Amino acid sequence: MSPQIPEAAELVIIGAGPAGMAAAIEARAAGTEVLLLDETSAAGGQIWRAVGTAPEARKTLLGKEYAAGAALVSEFAACGAQHVSGVSVWGVMPDENGRLRIGVRHNCAARLIEARAVILATGAQERPLPVPGWTLPGVMGAGAAQIALKSGGLLPEGRCVLAGVGPLLYLLADQFLRAGIIPAALVETPSPHRRTALTHLPGFLRAPTFRKGAGLMARVRRKVPVIAGAEALEVRGDSKAKALRYKRGGAWQEIEADLVLLHAGVVPSLHLSVAAGVPTRWNDVLRCFEPETDELGATAIAGLYIAGDGAGIGGAERALPSGRRAAQAALEHLGHNIDPARRDAARKDWHKADLGRAFIDRWFAPPPALLAPRGDTLACRCEEVTAGAIREAARLGAPGPNQLKTYLRCGMGPCQGRMCAASITEIMAEETGRTPAELGHLRFRTPVRPLSLGELAQLPAGENARRAVLGDAELPDTPLPLPPRAR
Amino acid sequence: MFRRDPIPPGEAIEILLDGAPFTARRGDTVANALLAGGITRFRDSVVSGAPRAPYCLMGTCFECLVTIDGTPNRQACLVTVEAGMRIERQSGAPSMLPESKA
Amino acid sequence: METHDITVIGGGLVGSALALGLAEAGQRVLVLDGEDLARRASRANFGLVWVSGKGLGAPDYARWSFESARLWPGFARDLEARSGVSLALDQPGGYSFALSPQELDGIVTDMTRITEETGGDGAPWRLVPRAELEREIPGIGPDVAGAVHGSADGHLNALRLFHALHRAGAAAGVTYRARHTVSHIEPGAESFRLRGDWGEITTPRVVLAAGTATEALAPMVGLAAPLKHSRGQIVVTERVSGRLPFLSAIIRQTDEGSVMIGDSDEGDTEALSGNPEIAALLGARAIRVYPALARLNVVRSWTGFRVKPRDGIPIYGQSTSCPGAYVVLCHSGVTLAAQHALRIAPQIAAGAAQIGPSAFSSARFHVPA
Repeated sequence: MSPQIPEAAELVIIGAGPAGMAAAIEARAAGTEVLLLDETSAAGGQIWRAVGTAPEARKTLLGKEYAAGAALVSEFAACGAQHVSGVSVWGVMPDENGRLRIGVRHNCAARLIEARAVILATGAQERPLPVPGWTLPGVMGAGAAQIALKSGGLLPEGRCVLAGVGPLLYLLADQFLRAGIIPAALVETPSPHRRTALTHLPGFLRAPTFRKGAGLMARVRRKVPVIAGAEALEVRGDSKAKALRYKRGGAWQEIEADLVLLHAGVVPSLHLSVAAGVPTRWNDVLRCFEPETDELGATAIAGLYIAGDGAGIGGAERALPSGRRAAQAALEHLGHNIDPARRDAARKDWHKADLGRAFIDRWFAPPPALLAPRGDTLACRCEEVTAGAIREAARLGAPGPNQLKTYLRCGMGPCQGRMCAASITEIMAEETGRTPAELGHLRFRTPVRPLSLGELAQLPAGENARRAVLGDAELPDTPLPLPPRAR
Repeated sequence: MFRRDPIPPGEAIEILLDGAPFTARRGDTVANALLAGGITRFRDSVVSGAPRAPYCLMGTCFECLVTIDGTPNRQACLVTVEAGMRIERQSGAPSMLPESKA
Repeated sequence: METHDITVIGGGLVGSALALGLAEAGQRVLVLDGEDLARRASRANFGLVWVSGKGLGAPDYARWSFESARLWPGFARDLEARSGVSLALDQPGGYSFALSPQELDGIVTDMTRITEETGGDGAPWRLVPRAELEREIPGIGPDVAGAVHGSADGHLNALRLFHALHRAGAAAGVTYRARHTVSHIEPGAESFRLRGDWGEITTPRVVLAAGTATEALAPMVGLAAPLKHSRGQIVVTERVSGRLPFLSAIIRQTDEGSVMIGDSDEGDTEALSGNPEIAALLGARAIRVYPALARLNVVRSWTGFRVKPRDGIPIYGQSTSCPGAYVVLCHSGVTLAAQHALRIAPQIAAGAAQIGPSAFSSARFHVPA
């Protein structure tokens, strides 16, 4: 793991999760030079977070699927790709000459890397669940709690309640049970697509996820009170969470809790692809926007590919062949011939991993009402814009969410809309009767991750940029007056 | 909110939290170290001053912002602790310009 | 659709200020606005109420801008009261910094010319040599050779101005229809027919205030509004507490605490995505002016397309071949919002042949047949 980042590379892969590692291995097998950049300190992504360094006992606790990630991490480490960790990628910028430039920040310095092909394997983010009280300390994503367990061995202390919808709630509850933690409750909100899910049941019954999932749910239900059919959720507390309230059959109930873990599935990370100019499409079952790609992951931008959950949620199993397929497409772009057998194998693996997905997507879909808060509930956590203010502004007749952002600053804080973009569209859809597909989403822009002005200012600039900023004037040739570097 | 699982953690290292000694474990992210040490409030929000703590632990929510070795607004969930690191919790927007005349 | 006296094409800062003023003057106003992701200068501007340096060789423009700056305090109070939205108008005067003695000479020469051309009724300004600047702005960068300070310059929260104009307009009875991009205007004997993907309407009178889209619409009603292509880029930092101890045309702090850093001018690109080299140079120049900015995190950058008349001067006027059709086009939608709402709108409402100073007439672009 070299800390040096080259100025140019044939193929740059962003993200060291299943898709990114699989893509790197595939490209290395073809002899291509690969640079893989990742934000965390070790390969594995969120699904196999810290699997390379986790003690055996923790791997046992987290289960076989987690432990299995270690094999791929080893294979990736040996594949000859240059892996640089701790890199934040703040932009992939196609320029007018067809070059792809990647803006990175590493060791408190900003750099631009030129690549002939780029695979975005930045995965998913947990879908924010903006219920009343969700900004209180003691409320976090179920995925966040799982990351704390994988990366730091942290377990809930006191009463813990899981709430929302998605297989992760059961998986996490099971992992807690193995560690001797019994959650106080698992409160489930109903999917609006359960009926149509059943038409996809045959595929699911043939999928490996079926047996695994059924066993898991049965184990959890034996030990944890599962409350199904909650229509609304709310966290109570002043300076921290004290209780989860849920509405069921029209009546509110309350469960004391020190830690409330919310979940409503995961959604593709869109910031890099959208800021690069990739168009998106609305997925009405998963209720999220996805970047537009072909089945291999190619985007409208020449040389730019998306693999894994970042292209559409499919889970780790599907991310592996997705990474291989995106790598094959990128290799072809770079002038390689792809062995048809290899191409076919990746396609078959993708479809095999996709078995059961149609059922799972529908069975665990989020109820739209939960995603469109009301009243004093904060939709935008950074700028602290309430759902009520967004609703009221939407009634002024704005054409879409970007005008609401202008009105209210929602989406302009440090998270750049990661936590509120979906809610703004959902709220606006409810207020105007237009569909999310028609409304679109907030426009994301570089830098999609923060870097300091001093770091940005040290990037090289060419003559055209000089003319655009300075006109006939010149900057002094003395060194920039910069503060000492931080760690 | 959290405690460590019984599996032996990495070696103990000393950091400073708001000027006071605080024990972390080698390999921890700053966020994990604080959560394991019983910290529930990471910062007070910028607009209303409400208490906030990490929501996502994967670099998405920007709720875990702390000052690390004098640099404000670092994402605690993405930085690995090092011995002697100075962590400060923030109240409101960090002060990086002259304070305004009253 | 209910009956309206006049339709304003464009719901940005210019169109919204006019619509509000027209409604005030008793007109029933319809605003037709574009799509969410249309090119909108109003969502990409810098928020300056700025006079210094404007109107070189065009004294009417210098006077017009200065007058608007003086109208602003009263206009802001009234708009805040009507909309319930705070504008954070602040007019402390603004600096134009020079990073070399030559650059300073250039600024002083231009400012002197504007003062001469306006016969002394332009905005007051003074030269601030390096030594004085060090006293006025502790922490000023070592490379700053000096500055010019214009006492009429100020800034406001431009996003909230946009919000306030829309809210006050709605309260005054303006009908606002977004996603009604007008692609054709057909003048008739008594009225104009406006068409788009959404359908069509007829209107007795029409005001073209559609920013960069105006250039294509104007000839349909016998007007000329030639523009110069100009893309600008800005970077924005996180919110910080404390205050930037100065205002300038390239660095300003919003009332919320973010610092905005501009700007650039490119004539040859249609691309929407920001250019990292330009962002780097904007940062470098700002740090040379005020080194403390180096530590702030950049959280956003954006590009916008300026509404820049070919000669830089506003284009105001009524069509002579199609009476009842007006054009209002300018670069300074924020600075001139007060003029547009308080002066121009009543003139349009009254049916004046020329609106605003005659030097701004659209007729200046007419090529004699």
